This record gives sequence, C-alpha cells and structure tokens, in this order.
Amino acid sequence: MSTDARRLDPVDVVIVGGGWAGCIMAKEMTEAGRSVVVLERGPDRGTASDGAYPASIDELEGNFRYKLFQDLSKHTVTIRNNSRQVALPYRRMAAFLPGEGVGGAGLHWSGVHFRIPPDDLRLRTRVIEKYGAKFIPEGMNLQDYGVTYEELEPFFDRAEKVFGTSGEAYKVNGQVVGKGNVFSPSRSDHFPLPALKDVYTAHLFRKAATEAGFHPYSLPAANASRQYVNPYGAQMGPCNFCGYCSGYACYMYSKASPNVNILPVLRRHPLFELRAACNVLKVELDSDGRRATGVTYADAEGNTVTQPAELVILSAFQFHNVRLMLLSGIGKPYDPARNEGVVGRNFVYQNVTTSTVWLDPKVETNQYVGTGGGGVAFDDFNSENFDHGPLGFVGGSPVWVNQAGVKAIAAAYSGGPPGTPRWGSAWKAGMIDTYRHSLRIDAHGTNMAYRDVYLDLDPTWKDAHGQPLLRMTFDWKDNDIRMNRYVVDKIGNVAKAMGARRVHLTSREFGKPFDTRQYQTTHLGGGAVMGTDPGTSALNRYLQSWDVHNVFVIGANAFPQGTGYNPTGMVAALAYWAAHHIRTTYLARPGPLAG
Amino acid sequence: MKRNIARCLLAVAGLVAPILPASGARAQDDVVARGEYVAIASDCGACHTVPGGAPFAGGLAFHLPTGTLYAPNITPDPKAGIGQYSEAEFARALQKGIRRDGSSLYPAMPYPSYARMTDEDMHALYVYFMRGVKPVATPIVQDGMTWPLSMRWPLTIWRWLFAPDPQALRQAMAARQFPDPLVARGSYLVEGPGHCGACHTPRAITMQEKALTAQDGPLYLSGGDAVDGWRPVSLRGEDRTGLGRWSEQDITRFLATGRMPLGAAFGGMTDAIGHGTQHMSDEDRLAIARYLKTLSPTAHTVAGGWTYDPAASQALHAGDVSARGARLYVDSCAACHRTDGHGYPTTFPPLAGNPVVMDPVPDSLIRIVLEGNTLRATRQAPSAFVMPGFAARMDDGAVADTVTFIRAAWGNGAPGVTAADVGRVRRTLSPAHPPASLPMN
Repeated sequence: MSTDARRLDPVDVVIVGGGWAGCIMAKEMTEAGRSVVVLERGPDRGTASDGAYPASIDELEGNFRYKLFQDLSKHTVTIRNNSRQVALPYRRMAAFLPGEGVGGAGLHWSGVHFRIPPDDLRLRTRVIEKYGAKFIPEGMNLQDYGVTYEELEPFFDRAEKVFGTSGEAYKVNGQVVGKGNVFSPSRSDHFPLPALKDVYTAHLFRKAATEAGFHPYSLPAANASRQYVNPYGAQMGPCNFCGYCSGYACYMYSKASPNVNILPVLRRHPLFELRAACNVLKVELDSDGRRATGVTYADAEGNTVTQPAELVILSAFQFHNVRLMLLSGIGKPYDPARNEGVVGRNFVYQNVTTSTVWLDPKVETNQYVGTGGGGVAFDDFNSENFDHGPLGFVGGSPVWVNQAGVKAIAAAYSGGPPGTPRWGSAWKAGMIDTYRHSLRIDAHGTNMAYRDVYLDLDPTWKDAHGQPLLRMTFDWKDNDIRMNRYVVDKIGNVAKAMGARRVHLTSREFGKPFDTRQYQTTHLGGGAVMGTDPGTSALNRYLQSWDVHNVFVIGANAFPQGTGYNPTGMVAALAYWAAHHIRTTYLARPGPLAG
Repeated sequence: MKRNIARCLLAVAGLVAPILPASGARAQDDVVARGEYVAIASDCGACHTVPGGAPFAGGLAFHLPTGTLYAPNITPDPKAGIGQYSEAEFARALQKGIRRDGSSLYPAMPYPSYARMTDEDMHALYVYFMRGVKPVATPIVQDGMTWPLSMRWPLTIWRWLFAPDPQALRQAMAARQFPDPLVARGSYLVEGPGHCGACHTPRAITMQEKALTAQDGPLYLSGGDAVDGWRPVSLRGEDRTGLGRWSEQDITRFLATGRMPLGAAFGGMTDAIGHGTQHMSDEDRLAIARYLKTLSPTAHTVAGGWTYDPAASQALHAGDVSARGARLYVDSCAACHRTDGHGYPTTFPPLAGNPVVMDPVPDSLIRIVLEGNTLRATRQAPSAFVMPGFAARMDDGAVADTVTFIRAAWGNGAPGVTAADVGRVRRTLSPAHPPASLPMN
C-alpha cells in the first residue's frame, strides 16, 4: 500500500493519536520549535459540539451507544483466555471502552488523576528485597520501570498543573502539610486546586474507614473544584457534580481533557496541525529498519497518504500502539513459548471488583450526584504499604468510594441485590431500594504480568483496512485472585463500621475466567513496556524504541505490570518525562538515549 | 513591536513630536505596519471581514430596520474592491461618506467618527489597504435594501445635515483640554477610529448619533439602540447600568480578553474585541479605559448604586422557588451562574450586578437566553466558552419568567419582562450558527 501512497512534504514530528499523550507531546514539540502533525483516527471534538448542554447529558447516547468510543465495526481486537483457544472479535463494547476522536480517552475519562506509588516503579527489586526472589510466582514477568519517583516528580507536578487537579497533599518537600494519603510520597508542591468536597457516601466511607483503622484520603481528581487557569492559559470551569463525566465531554469545562486544557493553545500555534479522521496504517522504516521515515495513513476519503517525518511518536491507546509496532516491524514480537521478544509481552489489565453496601432505609445516598474523579480512598492494602510476606501474593488494591453519578439506565440495569428478580414489582422495589440507599465500594487492584498473557497479531481476523486485528490472550491468575479476595474482605470491615443493613462483597473467584461481557475497566496496560533491559522491554526508560531510535511510544503500553491506580496521571507524567529528554538531548543529537 | 506601533500612533496623533523613519523600503514597511494597526484600531474587519472569509473581502450583513445591507469588499482589487481609489478619494469616503462615484455611503459606515482621524492615520490606512491587503476579486452585491431606502440620494441630504466637517472637527478637538496625554489618546481612539459611539450612543429618529464626542453632552456613549438585535450598554459612569463599578484594569482586561470579573463579551462586542481591541497595545487599551472613566453618569439614572442583596440566594438555598422564574433559573442557569448569581468570574460571568442584566432595555439579556453566546478565544485568553441557547427549549413565557428572575434577584432590581417582549426579540433571531463556527475547546 505504501508504494501507491501520496507523499506529503516532510514535517519534523508526526504524532499518532490525539489524546493526552499526543497533545502533550505536540505541545512540547511545538515549544521546541518543531513542526508537528497530529493524526487522529476519529473525528475532531470539542465541548461546544460534543458537550453542548443539555443534549450531551444523554445517558443512552453517552454510556449505551458509546458516542465517544471506538467504532468496533471497523477496528477491534480479538480475545481469548489462553493460547489453546481460538480468539474471536470483540464486537460489542463491554469489558473495556477504548475511545476515538480528538481528545481520545482523555475526553471520555472520569478524571481520577494519580501519581504512581514509588514502590510500583521498582516492584521487582522491592519484592526481592523484602521477600526474596522465590516469592515471585512461577510464570510472572515481574519488572521494574527503570525510572524512579524522584525522577518523575517534576513531571507529575507539571501534569497536575496542566490538568488543574484537585486534591489534598500529605507531604510537600518532606513536611506533612495536610490530610492527604499518608502512604503517598513527598511532593514538590501542593495540588493546584483544593480537594473536591465529599459526596455523602464518600463522607460516610471516610468516617467508617477511619473507625476501621484505615487511612482515608480524597481521591486526586482532574475535575476542577474551582475555576482554574492552567500554565498554558487554558481555562476550566468548576465541577458541579452533575455526574456526567465518564463517557461524556464535560459541558462545564471542568473535567480536564486535551480538548479543554491543551488544544485551545495548540490549535493556535503556527507549527501545529491536527488531521482528524486519519487512520495510521504503519510506521515507515528505512531499508535496514533502524530508522523511521514517517507514517502512512488512510484519510477520510480513503486515500492512502504518507507523511514523512524526522521523529515519529506513537501515542494512541495502549493496544493500538502495540499493534502499530507489530504491523510496522518495530521491535521483536513476543514469543510466549520461549518468553522472548518484547512487543506484545507483559500485557496487563486491572483487577477491579465492586461491592455494594445497603444502609438504613432512612439514609438517602443520593447516588445520582457525583464527579468522575472525586471520592475517598484508602491505600492501606495498595502497593508495598503492607506486608505481603505471610499473604503470599504480589500486588494490592486501593479501596474507594468513587461515586461518579449513577444515572437512570445504569440504575435500572444493576437492579437490586443478588437474588432479586430481573422483572416485575420485586425488581422495581429492589432497584429503588438499591438506588436510594446503597453505595458502592471498589477494590481497584493490580494485575501482574504473566508469561502466557500477551498481545500478538490475529492470524484470521482483519480490520476495515485489511490489516490483522490485535489478539489478546488474557486470563486471571491465582496470585491476583488471592490479592483481590484479601482486600475485598477488608471492605467488609468498613461496611460493618458504616452500620450496613446488607452487604454484597464481590471478589474474584478461582477458576472463573476473564469475562469480556462485563464492564471492568478500560485501564489496559503493557505490551510495549519500558525498562533498562532490551531483552524484557520494548522501550528504554525514555519510552524510546530500543530498535528504531526515532520512534517514541507514549502510553500505558509502557507499564510493565498493572497498577492499582488509574493510569492517566502516570501516562501524562511519562509523556512530559519523554518530551523533556527529547527536548534536552535527543533533538540536538538524534540517536539512542543512554543512561 | 507593539510598543513601537503605539509610539508611532502617539506621534501621528500629534501628542508627541513625530518620529518619522528614514525614506526607502523600510519606511514603506513601517507605514504599512502602522496602517495595519490603524485598521485594527478602526475595527474595519468587524464589518468588512466575514468569519472564515478573506480579510476585508466584505459580505457581512447588517439587518437594519430599513432592510439588509452588506459590507462591501474593501480589498485593493480594482473592480470588486477599492483598488481604483486615490488617497484623496479614500479619505473622502472614510471621513465624508462620499464614494468614488460621488454617491453617498450609508451611515452604517461610521464616517462621522472617522472624520476625527488624523491625516497621518488616514495616509497609513490607505497605504496599508493598497499594499498590505491581498486583493480579492469577488464583488459584494447590494440587493438588500428595498425602495425607497435603496435610493442613495436621500443619504446625501442626510450627510449634509448630520455629517461633521473633518476640518472643523479636528480644529475643535485640538482646542480640547485633557487631564493627561493618555486621556487625550483615549478620546481620539474612542471618538475617532474606534467609533464606539456608532453602537453605544443613541441615535435620533433620523439615524444620526445624538452626540459624536464627549463634548456633545451626556448622551454620548450612554447606550445605543439595538444593533443586529443587541442593545449596546452605556459606557458612562452609571453604577448600575454603565461602567461605574468597572475599574481601569477591568476595562483593559475586557478589551484584551472579552472577560473580566464583572462580565463577559457578547453580541457585536465579540467582533470588536476579536478584530480590534485584543490586537491593540496595552497602552492604547489603558488610554481607552482611562478616557471612558472620565465620562460622568447620565442624569436620568436610578439613584443609588447596586449592592448585593442575598435574599434571592437565601430563598433558593432554602428550597423556596416561589419567585417568578426561580425554578427555571435553578434548572437551567444555576449550574454555571450559581444560585447566588455570582457565577464563576472570567469563566461564567456573574448575573448579580451585571450592567447588561440591569439595563432598562432587556433585549440583550433576552437574546442571550434565547440564542446563547460564545465567548471567543483571544490572544491572551485561549479558551472559548459557549453558553447554549434556550430558544428551542423555552417558550416566550418561560424565557420571560427566567429573565424576570435574573433582573429582579440579588439586588438587581430591574423591572420584569413580558412574553411579548421575548416574542419581539425572538422574531429578530438569525438562524442558528453552523456547528463549524463553534470553538473546539
């Protein structure tokens, strides 16, 4: 296809994907004086068009017809639980919801905006230090990121200021300054905005978690608690807790998005060009495959176009980045039989289960109200904040009430407690009781990487452009199920302290396979991970391809294993980290970044 | 660069000794650059450039009570534009309202204000339009005005009666005393090229502005008649309905960004900021602000300044929505403008104490509720904010109730409006904006 392609004038930098990572990289590269083209597969989007009040707060359109999400009739993935099965295409949105269009997942996300726990960045080293190498289960590819919290801290800080993140710090410059997460590392500055107010359920959870002996804190949220002007001059409105965050463009301009927080400035920059509805097919490499020369894409009219560039940045969603590397021949594909090769290796998910607590019928829990990133969490069982020695598993879960606003259709779908009929007056009574008087508590856990969980190109199924779909081979492992069951048990203690009338604890069950039909989370990770060993990572610690030095791959694909936190804060910090090293080192002397 | 341009302008305005550059190409470039700045200060683009169109190729429609008028192509194209104008013909058109063919311009062209402009500015403007603007060969066809108003000869009589003589005007201006050079500069910008009075000064039945300068008395800039359905507010010192509570900094910030803590731009001011004031120098914006702050309140204004009254806010917090329009306000407006009416300053403007809200003529407020408003991005404020229109969701009665609530609450104390008032404004609405014109943030 590339030989027939129309060839455009070269630009300095071509960026694949117009989400957070792509827009951050575009902003940084234009600041460095480079001409930038961002290619986005989906349509252009903005608040006035996609978030117009009141038409946009349409639950059917947003959460059930997936307006802001990928068109699975054109591109999807195939899924199987293990390599003995034949994978089939993911044809209906369910387990995870990849976005599409300018803003990407950064437009439809909720807004939870974390820094990663320092121990998670060097988890392999930490586990071996604490429990010995034998503690790592057979078949688990436990790895370090190759970058430390101290190195990333300025970029976490930068991202929070750009996003207008609301939260309460615990330690700033080593001094305890507030009631933030006692397990969180020291920060160089406070959050740019104060924490969002607790909704009633979060308030109850905070009280009960404290009584149960845990250490609750306000979730850091990129939902602005006040109006805000970020360092780029972009303005945000204040969140009004309407509950239309996840799946929607925020009509209040209060949920951080590339569209609201970066693009207003970027779109005015003379060195920046955004091309929507341009689907990148592959990265073009020179004859010896050591250098990228640009990308080839299909435009909205179906033309095949080659955009030459000096620097190629892949910043599409996690699995699209991995697929583009496989389709382009960048890096050695992973071979699970020999545990060799790196592209497709360490594909990870997140281990989320939601438990429900029913309170006294006199207590109205007001679940309709909410904000996507707000809530109250405790980290007593996350990361290395607790002793795993006697427990025999690696990983952990933060536990939280993150009431993002339960809307009418969702309430009807979830109905009443288990055992309630799915129709009739009993269903109705159960649904009403649940909607009015219950609250939900998540265990939002890690998912470790395993040798036989990976991504590769499907041998059978192709997309609308005739290219192979990406194949996911994924299942839950006992280590992760044990972790989940341990943490969910602690939710029982909190529910008790709340004076629960009824509790339904949901935890993973041994032997129950990954079920693609149930929404779990869109926090997919790995597949092209960062690290310091080219034998186990596709990218170096600057997110640069080990094999093709002018390709940088920015996204959750770089996570060697799944974290307990939402990934966006880490993705944004990694984008600023990579951009910093491109600007300070790579642009002057293009080549592999060392050290 | 901006500073230099400002200094040049001060020079041509005769306020400091002229600093004339050396002859040659460099001097030409400077004149073109100065002329471009004069075009900005004169806000030529607001009428002669349509959104997304070639600069100064014309075509913007003016829906006047007498018919529709289209701003002509003023690019240097010899056929479609003004390429054949000599400098003298150009100045005559801009300052006396006489076209090259001798016929008269509609006074939608603010030549009575441009009459005050200096020869130096007129020269720079001419050089800029001839050398700095790209010719566009598309003519603008005038077909909107119906007979007898389509005839141009009555305009000549109008001109004889009402247009000032530039020479005499400039002599009168030279004799004026100003407290400081900045105010003098502000008066020149506002009364001359800025032609603020074209919208903000009331017009007589015969359409001439009732005052052309501050010297003509307190009607000057005291609030204009509806322009394209928008009611321009008073720019004088009235506490409730003018700029009485706006500081110099508030005004300069507004002119640069369209937003300041007490309000946000809408209607025609959006274009005036977009094409004009956001591109002006800080000094010139300050000059405008300082000059506007010298304008006393008009005599007929309501006694007593605006003070915040918490009663409406307290009622809403207590769940009392019995006031007319209160429930509609809470359901459709309060998310952004808040139940206390304070809004979120510079993002979502306050309604409490907002001069537009308290204006004796409620048309602008009604129209914003019906049509919404886009606060456009500017150089210093890259974020645009779009308020949705409610025309499709609210009937005239509901809009009247909502507007009445806003006008009454928080100490605003302005009289209510009727469904008939809303119906009258609704009939003037232009078709909804195409989605392509919406900002993308």
